Amino acid sequence: MLTFIARRLGLMLLTAFVLTFVVFFLTNLPPNLEKLARSEGSVRMTDESVAAWIEQNGHGGSVFARYGQWLGVVPGWTRTDDKGVTRGRCIQPRQDPAEAARFCGILQGDWGFSTFFKKDVLPSLSEKLAATGWLMMWVMIVMVPTALVIGVVSGMREGSRTDRVLSTFSIASTATPEYVSGVILVALFASPVTGLSPMLAEWGWIDGRTLFQGAASPDRITFWSFTLPVLTIALYGIGYIARMTRASMTEVMTAQYIRTARLKGVSFGQVVVRHALRNALIAPFTVIMLQFPWLLNGVVIVETLFNYKGFGWTLVQAAGNNDINLLLGCSVVAVFVVLVTQLISDIGYVFLNPRIRLS
Amino acid sequence: MTENTWDPSKPILEIENLSISFFTRLREIPAVMDFSCSVMAGEAMGLVGESGCGKSTVALAVMRDLGKNGKIVAGSIKFKGRDLTNMDDEELRHIRGSEIAMIYQEPMASLNPAMKIGAQLAEVPMIHSGMSKDEAWKLARQIVADVRLPDPDRIINAYPHQLSGGQQQRIVIAMALMAKPALLILDEPTTALDVTVEAGIVDLVKELGEKYGTSMLFISHNLGLVMDVCDRICVMYSGEAVETGNVVEVFDKMRHPYTQALFRSIPLPGADKNARPLISIPGNFPLPHERPPGCNFGPRCDYFEKGRCDAADIPMDPVPGGDRHGSRCLRWTEIDWDAPPAKRAVKQKAPIGEVVLRMEDLRKYYDVATGAFGGGEKKVVKANETLSFEAREGETLAIVGESGCGKSTFAKVLMGLETATSGSIMLFDENVQSTPIQKRNTDTVSSVQMVFQNPFDTLNPSMNVGRQIIRALEIFKHGNSDAERHARMLELLDLVKLPRAFADRMPRQLSGGQKQRVGIARAFAGGAKVVVADEPVSALDVSVQAAVTDLLMDIQRENRTTLLFISHDLSIVRYLSDRVMVMYLGHVVEMGTTDQVFQPPYHPYTEALLSAVPIADTKITRKRIVLEGDIPSAMNPPPGCPFQTRCRWKSQVPGGLCDREMPPVQVLEGGHNIKCHLSAEILASMEPVIKMAAE
Repeated sequence: MLTFIARRLGLMLLTAFVLTFVVFFLTNLPPNLEKLARSEGSVRMTDESVAAWIEQNGHGGSVFARYGQWLGVVPGWTRTDDKGVTRGRCIQPRQDPAEAARFCGILQGDWGFSTFFKKDVLPSLSEKLAATGWLMMWVMIVMVPTALVIGVVSGMREGSRTDRVLSTFSIASTATPEYVSGVILVALFASPVTGLSPMLAEWGWIDGRTLFQGAASPDRITFWSFTLPVLTIALYGIGYIARMTRASMTEVMTAQYIRTARLKGVSFGQVVVRHALRNALIAPFTVIMLQFPWLLNGVVIVETLFNYKGFGWTLVQAAGNNDINLLLGCSVVAVFVVLVTQLISDIGYVFLNPRIRLS
Repeated sequence: MTENTWDPSKPILEIENLSISFFTRLREIPAVMDFSCSVMAGEAMGLVGESGCGKSTVALAVMRDLGKNGKIVAGSIKFKGRDLTNMDDEELRHIRGSEIAMIYQEPMASLNPAMKIGAQLAEVPMIHSGMSKDEAWKLARQIVADVRLPDPDRIINAYPHQLSGGQQQRIVIAMALMAKPALLILDEPTTALDVTVEAGIVDLVKELGEKYGTSMLFISHNLGLVMDVCDRICVMYSGEAVETGNVVEVFDKMRHPYTQALFRSIPLPGADKNARPLISIPGNFPLPHERPPGCNFGPRCDYFEKGRCDAADIPMDPVPGGDRHGSRCLRWTEIDWDAPPAKRAVKQKAPIGEVVLRMEDLRKYYDVATGAFGGGEKKVVKANETLSFEAREGETLAIVGESGCGKSTFAKVLMGLETATSGSIMLFDENVQSTPIQKRNTDTVSSVQMVFQNPFDTLNPSMNVGRQIIRALEIFKHGNSDAERHARMLELLDLVKLPRAFADRMPRQLSGGQKQRVGIARAFAGGAKVVVADEPVSALDVSVQAAVTDLLMDIQRENRTTLLFISHDLSIVRYLSDRVMVMYLGHVVEMGTTDQVFQPPYHPYTEALLSAVPIADTKITRKRIVLEGDIPSAMNPPPGCPFQTRCRWKSQVPGGLCDREMPPVQVLEGGHNIKCHLSAEILASMEPVIKMAAE
């Protein structure tokens, strides 16, 4: 068990290095740096002064050396200009260069300064991540039980009317991307001019002008503001997980041990609950764990759509505003979320399924 | 309750004129037609027939579990006087598991993998008699002990995958017995098990049947097994019962041509590949929607009379003077049943040439990890241990042993799919021991070929038959042009006695026997000198087995091929092999000519193996030697002699030698090798296991 986890962690670190390097390389391509120079310095800089700015601010030199500095395994750059002022990667403004640390990368906890938020990356990122965490938690609470129930109910009698109705629903919901279902939901429930809200308001069934709110904020999590974003993300996942659960359930229901149970005289309900359920949940477990990284992806659209200032929104802003440090920070977080959930999924699988041996 | 009105002298199960059909979108497919049989209390009824004859459908109909498509279209099934065909779900639920219980073919698949054994057993009395959980578990523990499983406390807390196949089947039996049912349906209960394990299960079933007075419906394709277990037999062919009666009567005085043909196609002691070859049933089993008019067996029957046998449906005709003996044949009174079979081509024994293949001291070890996450102890599995033998041109060497004895590993090493750990394999004086198949030259690859066990999985489903054979010819670099290869392919089809038109067919259009013929054609495509046949007929039906076996023998005679015949079926080994090698846990425990191995002196394991094989002949008596326990795991072999844990002769060896030392190979008269500590005197005093009664 321990060697397995150690090996997986090793592999995870390697993957993280490779992935972050790719992101680092792409965000530090020369055109990006020029854009950075013009936005930080002056829009009307000449090409020569842009090159000089890049050189002076530590963005010159080999990409490997810069990646090493960002990681914190290569000493940060220092440069003394004509006026004798020493500046450097690890030197804070108004700090004595002699006192500054030699290394300052993410390994030292220094994730850099965000040009968009105008503050350090780490605190702003963790704040946004917490906001997304709340959203994800509610999505999971809504999505997983609903999907499993739909999957199990439609899978236990394959081909029945219930199965066909539920299958149609899950195919439809998983075939609709978030940016479509989100817009439809907003139009239906959160617009004072179209959809249901005007009618309901007219009949006096709702107090405000809309049924649900079309925007959400991490500071005020309410049923009214959260319903639509949560539903938008969950709808897609519900269809997907339900299809997986259904496939797994129908397969289990045709297994011989289910026939054994039936011919033992076990009633249908008991066959489903006692004999089929645990076996049928083994396969969707992996899919559910895979939903975590997928959610990180899904929140990009939904957070932008509902103007929810979380991780996805931050990612979009960082990319839109050429905020290299913030973008790198986001990618580090994303890589670790993906890899950690995969590890948990593999370990959990072993405990769910007594027959599995990992090697 | 209606149960009280049932009179025990009446049949416990009475099936009358039962017809079952499956409904597909295209058509109605009749699976069982006009089937009648009755089982008295305490009686064991055997239902035999080839696959697709409808015997399992009858069993499922009794359980009323035919699925969505299956329907009982006519007739009745009376259980204790109550008609099962019109019961509702609730009533059925009370009968299932408590009055009628079922034992299945594949024990692993029929146990819930995620539930503890105890919970699965205890469920039965908890449902049917409302027993409390504690009591039910106690009962479960007791029944587990009843089916003679060691350490019942550990077993009821185990999961199915932690038990061996034989133990799982005992659990399935225990589950069936939890509610002390009146009728037990056994659907091929031992097909997935090894013969020595099968012998134990059969004994258990018989003993429990007597102990609890349970009636049994025993479904099997193995006539010998039915003779061992049942009182009465019902032979089915293509959805109909063709002959029914007392087991001894049907075996000795069969009155239906199909029964006769079936008995002539199975290798009974006395059959011989040269002097008395098997007689296969010509033609193929009809598909359910392509049944001929009149007698279903008509087109394959030697006694067929046009205009009479194919005129109308044939009723079951009672045989006078028999014990409820009946035959579904119009001509049974006209046939001379004692006449010897007409056409029996006597063949010449092929001469045996020089040594083609020689193995010396071959070993194959595997390293395996034991922990759940790949860690844990590293263990060495010794799949083959000091394997030495030679095989000559034109010879059939049979390799016999139960699952896990290393016979398939040996085949893989020979083929080059695995490389040996040590030792040498000399093929035509060339050492191929450490050459994996990718590095062998085309000649070596084409001269050592294999015929696989399961013809259903070994053909590419999306390539026609001719193309697959031509592909093999291309790989073996045979022929210079496509036309040449095409001609050779047609010759190969002739060789395996398939019509040339089959070249354009897809594998799914072929029956099992035909597929296996294609497999044989492919193996011989490059003019193979050594062919490893890994259980080539075990997946086929009895009537087809004989034909495929004879085909292999014919090709061998013509091409003087060396055939390594891997099998667990001793009857067929006795029939076709020249020499036999018996393997147990990676060791060759006995080797000699067929006569030497099948006659005493035996290795104790061979003796048990011989006694475990059921023989469908009433004139033969065999000593029952039931081995205790299962085959030890190759991961954890016992010290000393590998067979010592189950050997009944162990006490005859002084000084506990069996526990400590690997026995030496004793070479007896005529080059007969036995790996055993027993002294020559004891070996010489062994009695034959199989005795033929004087005729």
